[in-house]
Parts: sequence; C-alpha cells; structure tokens
Amino acid sequence: MEEMVERAHAHHVDPVVGYESSKFGMWLFIATELLLFGGLFTAYTIYRAKYPEMFHEQHLELNKPIGAINTVILICSSLTMALGVTSIKRGKQELLRLFLSLTILFGMMFLINKYFEWGHEFRDGNYPGTSIFFSLYFMMTGLHMIHVIAGLLVLAVMLALSFTGRFSDKYNTPVELGGIYWHLVDLIWIYLFPLLYLIG
Amino acid sequence: MANHTIAETIPMPYLEEKGLISWLTSTDHKRISILYLLSISTFFIVGGIAALLVRLELLTPGKTIVDAHTYNTLFTFHGTVMVFLFIVPGLAASFGNFLIPLMIGARDVAFPRLNLMSWYLYIAGAIIIIASLLQPADTGWTFYTPYSIRTGTDVILLTFGIFVAGFSSILTGLNFIVTIQKLRAPGMTWHRLPLFIWASYATAILQVLATPVIGISLLLLIAERVFGIGFFDPAKGGDPVLFQHFFWFYSHPAVYIMIIPAMGVISEIIPVFSRKPIFGYKAIAYSSLAIALISFLVWAHHMFTNGISQLAAMIFSFLTFLVAIPTAIKVFNWTATMYRGSIDLKSPMLYALSFIFLFTIGGLTGVFLAALAVDVHIHDTYFVVAHMHYVMIGGTVMGFLAALHFWYPKITGKMFNEKVAKIAWALIFIGFNVTFFPQFILGTEGMPRRYYDYMPKYQPLHELSTIGSWILAAGLFLMAINLIRGLSNGEKAPQNPYGSLSLEWQVPSPPPHENFEEIPYVTDWTYGYGKK
Repeated sequence: MEEMVERAHAHHVDPVVGYESSKFGMWLFIATELLLFGGLFTAYTIYRAKYPEMFHEQHLELNKPIGAINTVILICSSLTMALGVTSIKRGKQELLRLFLSLTILFGMMFLINKYFEWGHEFRDGNYPGTSIFFSLYFMMTGLHMIHVIAGLLVLAVMLALSFTGRFSDKYNTPVELGGIYWHLVDLIWIYLFPLLYLIG
Repeated sequence: MANHTIAETIPMPYLEEKGLISWLTSTDHKRISILYLLSISTFFIVGGIAALLVRLELLTPGKTIVDAHTYNTLFTFHGTVMVFLFIVPGLAASFGNFLIPLMIGARDVAFPRLNLMSWYLYIAGAIIIIASLLQPADTGWTFYTPYSIRTGTDVILLTFGIFVAGFSSILTGLNFIVTIQKLRAPGMTWHRLPLFIWASYATAILQVLATPVIGISLLLLIAERVFGIGFFDPAKGGDPVLFQHFFWFYSHPAVYIMIIPAMGVISEIIPVFSRKPIFGYKAIAYSSLAIALISFLVWAHHMFTNGISQLAAMIFSFLTFLVAIPTAIKVFNWTATMYRGSIDLKSPMLYALSFIFLFTIGGLTGVFLAALAVDVHIHDTYFVVAHMHYVMIGGTVMGFLAALHFWYPKITGKMFNEKVAKIAWALIFIGFNVTFFPQFILGTEGMPRRYYDYMPKYQPLHELSTIGSWILAAGLFLMAINLIRGLSNGEKAPQNPYGSLSLEWQVPSPPPHENFEEIPYVTDWTYGYGKK
C-alpha cells in the first residue's frame, strides 16, 4: 500500500519539471563543491603569497610528466563522458555503455598514476605536514582524489543501470547529472595541475 | 492500480499510517518534518540540560558542582548541540519541510528521497557528536586554533559529527531552493509567495553557499590534528587567525540561517492576529535576501581584537552596521502591520510579539558590538553572551515557539489548552529576561565569558541569572507538557482555527498525504485580511 501511494506520489511531478529540477539541483551541488575547494584555494593563495620561495623550491620535487599525463587522461575522460551523454540522448544504448566504460577506465588510470606519484613522494620523505606546500599538495590532490573515487562510483552505477535498459533518448537525466559531476572533477584538476606543478 | 485510485479519491491524513518503519521510510515532507521536530526538540532538551548545569556551576564563585575541566566540556557541549543540532536545522528543517510545499501549492519537495536522506545524515552527525561525550572536547563551540590543535580532548570526533550534519543542512537547502523555484502552483508568482517562503529561500541560499566552507575548515582542523599540516600552527609557518576567518565565513552567515526563518514565521503570524494585510510586503521579502547577501561580508567582526588590520576592522565594522538596515526594515513593517489592527493576543501572537521586543534588544546590542571602540571593551564578555542569547532565544526560539503554537492545529489536527499556553509563555518570557538581562550588566562590568571562576562582586547578578534559568526551564517544561497533552486530550482542530488566508490552512487539519486534491490555482497574495 505504502509503496503504491509513494509511486502515485512520485508520478505527480511532470517529467519536464522533474528534469529541470534535477539539473538545477545538480548545479547547486556543484556550487557547494566549488566552495568546499574554495577553502583550500584560499589557503593556497595566502600561503603562496607569504612563502613564494618555499612554493617555488618544493614544487620542483613534484613529477611534472605524471601530472601532465594525468591532465591529458582526465581531459580524455571528459570527452568520452560528453560522448556518452550525447549517445544516450540519441538513444544509442551500446555507445553509452562503451563511453561510460572508457570514462571509468580513464578515471582508474588517473588513480593508478596518482598512487605511484604519492608513493614516490612518501619515499622522498614528503608527507602532509612536511611543509605548508606539501600539506597543501596532499590536501588538495587528496580531496580531489576522493571526488574522483566518488565520481567513479557514480559512473559505475550508471554503467550497471545502463545494462538494464533503463536509459533511453527519453529518460537519461541521471547520466547527464553524473556527467556534470564528472566534468567538475576534471575541471578542478585543470586548476590544481598548474597551481601545484607549474609554478614559476 | 486499485490502490492508486483509492489514494486519490479518499485523501488519507498524513498521520494515519502507524508503525515505526512507515515513519522511518516515509518520503512525505510532512512526516520528515515531524521526524525533525522530534529530533531537534530532543537535542534542545539535551543542550538545555547542559546549559542548566553551566548556570548552576556559576551560582557561586569557585567550585559549585563540577571541576573546571568538566565545566569547559559542558559549555562546549551546550554550544555545539544547540548550534549544530538544534538551531541551525531548527526552523528551516522542521517547519520549512512541513510548510514550503503546502504554502506554494505543491505535493512535496522537489527531491523527497534526498529529503529523507538529509534527516538520516543529520541523525548520523548527531550520533557522532553525542559519541564524542566519551571524551568530551573543551574548546568551546568555535574550536579556535591553536588550542583546538593542542588539547588532549576529542576534537576530531566532535568536528566530524558537525561535518556530517553539515551535509544534511546543504542538501535540505538545495532541496528547498529547487522546490521554491520549480514547484510553485500556477498563479503563485514570486510576489504572491508567503513571506515565510521568501525567508526560507534566503536561508536555503545561505545553507548551500556557506556550509561547505565550515566543512573544509573542520576537515583542515582534523587534518591539522592527524597529520600536523601546519595551516593553523604558527610553529610550522601557519596562521591560527586563518582558522578564525574560515570558521566565521560560515558561522556568521549561519547566524542568519538560524534567524531568518524565524523572521519568516513572525511575518506570517502578525497579519493573521492583527487582521490586517502585511505592511511593506516587498520590503520584508527583499530584506531577507539583503540580510543573506550582507551576512557573507561581515564575518571578521568576530575578530576585532585579534590583530586584524585597522582598515579591515573599519570596513567590517561598517558592513556590520549595514545588516541593521534590512533587519530594522522588518521590525518597522511588523509594527506598522499591527498599527490600528484588531489585535488578538493568542499564544502564537504573544510569542511573535516577544520576538519583536527581545530581538530588537538583541539586534541593537549587536550594533554596540559592531562599533570598534565599544567592542574592544566588551569583546568576549558576558555582554556578548547576553547579546547572542537575546538573538538566539529571544529571536529564534521565540519564533520557533510561535510557529509551534501557530501551526500545531495544522500539524497535529488537535488544539492545545490556550490558557496554559499563555501561562507557559509568561514564565518563559520572564525567565528568559531574568536569565540574560543581568548578563548585559555583568559584561559591561567586565565579567569575561566562558570563565569558570569569578570575583565575588559578580555573584549577585550570577545568582539572579541562574534563578532565571530555572524559571525559563519551568516555563519550557509547562509549554511542552501542554502541547503533549493536547495530542491526546485536545479538541479536534478545525481546518483554519486562526482564520489565515495562506494555502496550508485551506486543506484539512492534519493535511492529507497528497496535500491538495487538486493543485490550486492562485489568484491573489496571501495577506488580503480585513477586505470583506
């Protein structure tokens, strides 16, 4: 009974309103994410102004090639994500599955690179707390990494759901929302990479 | 399919379905509102007991009942619970949830399942905060560094609890913004919206935009304790004042998350019990947004004495004075609404009037504190404690109690005993003033806040304040008993006992599960009193 009433309840929302609401809600959520990272960007700005030499010297210890490769990987993942969203909007379910899988693959590659990169830093004796710069480096890339993992989980759920035939050209809001989130994750990295790796 | 038809033809009151599971899994905004009401009331009692113990300890100089460390943990716990578990979710999550869909003519909020999830996040945060009592923190609810980095008490668990509860606040705000923008009934234009909706909208913006910043601040504080990242530690080149900036960037807007919904409640109650249209509708509506906007620009007025630059202090002082303008606009308009109205002093109106009176005192003493030269002398004294409680209890709690008495018939379908409600109101009003007015005097005489011990000359006023806290507690107790008794003994409430024109009163008490049999078509604003 409860379930039936609930379903009747949900059905009252017009699909167009539902779509617009969901998308608007997602953008608001993106705003909160930016403010969350905003705290770290503020701390970065303040301490970089205060200790320019420290930032310059210590950023040399970061591995620029890996950072660059990871940037390319994430940009590619954004492309495949956008292609996935376009595919399902045209009703192409197989293409959605393909592009979601590719996006997830790129995301995993990013994490694997990051694993080796962090491992390298640890071996060099650089930890959060070693210096303000490395604290910022680990906090910023760490928080970003948590977002990558969260994004991958979302995409994995989308992929699983795409096999049930749930998404079509008529209903694909969750894929689109997942896509917006994934682009955010990508975009934040686009800022982190020059701020941390390319100072000078 | 048969069930579907039944649900539509015979509207079932939302309270009808029984059983714990049905409550814990319901996505009906009205049921979630009840969940919030019960849980925040519980934490109000928990935080209130801590407050009574703090006041009892301050009855005499030196040790009265507990040692200094326990005292520190008590006021920390009181502050944290009251701020993060009672007053921030307070009106927004409980009455906001109940009223927003009903007032705008919708069947539910935009994201009902997210709404339920928000409540679970709130409870998860609350459980973590309570669990921190195993090794309670002693930093005060502001967690100022460097002390919060060095204390041996459990800051991590407490701040993590606040972090989790913050998600609940963000998601609730997000839900309300989308609901108000997208789900208004046909004809419900922005300038026909009840003012409570405007207030909720302004609050929701603050919740969405400010809360992530406390999230990152507390995460950094936790990282500081776990890894020693050094952002706030001068020994590592960090700056403890930066934490204060981060903290107040959220926590000052949070003050308005607490008070703006209460202002919305007052704007609903005053016209109903004055039988007059609200005066200055647009001024009240936009002043909510103005307060929300300015509130982001005033945070450093908490930091005038900690060595920020003179120029910054002057700018922040000026901006703080600005907040007084939209706030005063509201007070003037409420007063003008009552002018030559036929005022009916029922209990919701009594609470609303107390709000205006006490909040004005709280607001004006805030102007004292915004003035640099004065603030240097009364910073961190009992003057601040009194000011804050005049705004938070005199303002928000009075608004909360006004809302509780005003919408009680709608929410429960029952009436409470009006006579007892008035006696309880009188006790609360007197008790509150006896508790907190002496603290203004204590503060100007130099009694610092948060101190365990004090000079004997302060004792008479401390005694008075503690006695006041007992009267206040007795009043609140009587108020609660009255409302609880109303549930079983009260008469059945009519659809619209106070004669309000707002949409929520045009549906049965309690409202059916689906709110409206048919989505209403709105043709006028909600404040056309006294026309017929």
